[in-house]
Amino acid sequence: MRKILSVTILTATLLGSGGCKKESEFLNVQPTSILSNEQAFSDPAIVLSILANLYNRQLDIATIKNWVTMADFGEAFPSANGNKNIVERTDWGYGDWSNWDYGYIRQLNLFIERCNAATALSEANKKRFLAEARFLRAYHYFEMTKRMGGVPLILESMQYDYKGDPTYLQHPRAKESAMYDFVIAEAEAIKADLPADVNVKSRASRGAALAMLTRAALYAGSIARYGVNTPQLSLPGGETGIPAEQANAYYTKALQAAQELMGGTAGAYGLYQKKQDLGENFASIFFDKGNNPETIFMEDFKLKSGKVHGFTTANQPRFGAEEEEGGRTNPSLNLVHSFEKLDNTFGPLPVTDAGGNPIYYTNQQDIFAGRDARLAGTVMLPGTSFKGRAVDIWAGYILADGSIVSGDQRGQFKTLPGTTTPVQVIGYDGPINGMEFTAQSGFYIRKYIDPAIGSGSRGTGSEVPFVRYRFAEVLLNAAEAAFELGQTGVAAGYMNQVRARAGLIIPLGAGDITLARIMHERRAELAFEGHILFDNKRWRRAHIVWDGQAMNQADLLNNIGTAMQRNTQPWSLWSYKLHNPGNPNHGKWVYRMQRSPVVTGANRFRFGNYYSNINNDILSNNPKIVRQPNQD
Amino acid sequence: MKIIIAILSFSLFLCACDKDNYDPPTAQLSGKLVYQGEAINVEFNQVPYQLYQFGFGKTGAVSNTSFTQEGTYSVLLFNGTYKLLIPNGQGPFIWKKLPSGAPDSITVTMNGSQQLDLEVTPYYMIRTPQITAAGNNVTATFKAEKVITDANARNIERVNLYLNKTTFVSGNGNYNVAQVSRTGANITDPNNISLTVAVPAIVPAQNYIFARIGLKVAGVEDMIFSPVVKLTL
Repeated sequence: MRKILSVTILTATLLGSGGCKKESEFLNVQPTSILSNEQAFSDPAIVLSILANLYNRQLDIATIKNWVTMADFGEAFPSANGNKNIVERTDWGYGDWSNWDYGYIRQLNLFIERCNAATALSEANKKRFLAEARFLRAYHYFEMTKRMGGVPLILESMQYDYKGDPTYLQHPRAKESAMYDFVIAEAEAIKADLPADVNVKSRASRGAALAMLTRAALYAGSIARYGVNTPQLSLPGGETGIPAEQANAYYTKALQAAQELMGGTAGAYGLYQKKQDLGENFASIFFDKGNNPETIFMEDFKLKSGKVHGFTTANQPRFGAEEEEGGRTNPSLNLVHSFEKLDNTFGPLPVTDAGGNPIYYTNQQDIFAGRDARLAGTVMLPGTSFKGRAVDIWAGYILADGSIVSGDQRGQFKTLPGTTTPVQVIGYDGPINGMEFTAQSGFYIRKYIDPAIGSGSRGTGSEVPFVRYRFAEVLLNAAEAAFELGQTGVAAGYMNQVRARAGLIIPLGAGDITLARIMHERRAELAFEGHILFDNKRWRRAHIVWDGQAMNQADLLNNIGTAMQRNTQPWSLWSYKLHNPGNPNHGKWVYRMQRSPVVTGANRFRFGNYYSNINNDILSNNPKIVRQPNQD
Repeated sequence: MKIIIAILSFSLFLCACDKDNYDPPTAQLSGKLVYQGEAINVEFNQVPYQLYQFGFGKTGAVSNTSFTQEGTYSVLLFNGTYKLLIPNGQGPFIWKKLPSGAPDSITVTMNGSQQLDLEVTPYYMIRTPQITAAGNNVTATFKAEKVITDANARNIERVNLYLNKTTFVSGNGNYNVAQVSRTGANITDPNNISLTVAVPAIVPAQNYIFARIGLKVAGVEDMIFSPVVKLTL
């Protein structure tokens, strides 16, 4: 016992005298795995990696990271049984599309404050990083404004003082016009600090700032101009809705910014025109990453880096694909037949002649001949091929008496009457109603589909970028702004550039430009790029085109290309082969329009959908927030 | 020792069940939308009403549901005081407003079940609706009476006759199998409007159909309807 005690005392003495550090030093050890703010903002490489995280969290309404975001709004049929609620439901929820990501805003604010305080960064680096963070912040506020109208405009990191009264942290919603003014002013302020380089595409550039400016000003202008049609969407405090008299000022800004970008001072942007086949050329805009003058700002992906996406896997033609899946997004006939004919007129696809008799086509693709090349660039048509393999979409045989022989399995074989050997009676890509991953609308999507080998396999993925801003949209923004300012000739000039690239070489004159034309042009050029919802919202026609009424065939075929055409249910176009030996049309193709029995709902856009819901948690935490109009 | 602990914890568990649970609400508040005693028919699940309660919890309605297509509502509540309102911009009628523009509320004191009809002022009333089936057609005749004629008056955007296989009948895609529409500009005499629609093939076959008339007021989202009638074909 005595021995143990003495050993203990000895050890304690040794330890006590052996600790030669002062207590304050001993307890203050710098962690080796965490960087302090000063350390992090001392090295440009580290700052860039912080910024990369912020870039990665940008918000998109439609994105190739999730095909479902594109398969809505009557533009497509979701050919996956887990997502068919899109065509079964009637209303969009008031909370759909809403966003209140102030965590992201706070981190952007913190980044800006810390970068401002940094001492070790060079002035040039600092300027660019700050401009990029401000770009991202304006971008996110723009995204929130499109969804929510005015939101609290928080431009510094807020800190709670733990005194029990958080009211000084509660900010009211800014006016909707103030939100757009902020985005425009920020873009103006930072554009000189950003590189004017056409090859900077996945980071903010001067071109990206100008493209954002023109889009934001255009949105604000049209909300001001067309908001008068829907007075019930405006709140008395201006949190939603913009006074009509501000429209011209916004349109002027939109036009100026677009012209500045087109002038070339931000970099040598232009339309992508590299390939002979115009449809192929249009599809290439989205996957050609080498010297592409069209894309201005995009989310980039890279093979073997961990950042790849499965859009091609999810949507490729399923038959013979690299993975036993695909075919999820099926563009609707509504979209397909809205593409113009080469003589600048609209019309349905010629399924029957004037007398109501079916038209027989020698080749499956012939029915689509003579149309806007963007159709073939956006939609994979039956009879075309992908990765060297024909897309096998056809619904069966029509017999002499008009009856149909078809199958309920992909590529099924059956014996036709009057023959003895079984033959294939339906395409390996469908269409079969209710069978997921087949082309149930008769079409597959082509935009963003990666032609590279391996892009359709789950393990490899695709590195096709998601384009957020591109030159054609800037041209169309300029055209719309010019049109609204009464400069129809200028508008026609910009429209014709975009149209000529799509093979519509008969120019539109100043008198041809109408709002309906511009609406149609944006739908054709920018299909599946996340514009359809916001465009229809700002033109205040979402409640008209998505009015909740079921679409019959007359609705589908009348008024194509007009502003008010209903688009509540995706229709299909199925092709059949005629089996009538001896008939001159034997073996030729016939088309039939139909609506899938899966489509039971009809899109209804209610007034309460124009501005997405601010939920009760947010309202409870901050009594200064006013509710959205027209919601319960 | 162990056994005692087990028994103790088990009995604690039993007690907890009793303490934590309230009786469910039993007082029923019900009623319907009326204008001068006449029921207002609306679209199923589209016109909401809200009940608020003072004192605790978060901001927001304690009950947030909608009227049936006959314009009736019912909700089970605890005894206490509530405020009932219909949010702005909802319903084919005008609900009282405060000078600030916020919807005015009705104070409801619950002490057992009660019936409470909600008086509203519709823009129009569908008067004397007659819906009949003859041959393969359904014909409706009615009068559209303009109720609000002051500065808040609005025009008729269109009138519709809807048919459906089930008792749910409205303009929404799921709720009609056939419909006919006439725009307000094409109504020559609001006191004598007649609409006819052909009955489509019904699968599976049934020898009856449900019908009602809808009236859309310009600039107002929700339609006003006549009562649903069942017609034998």
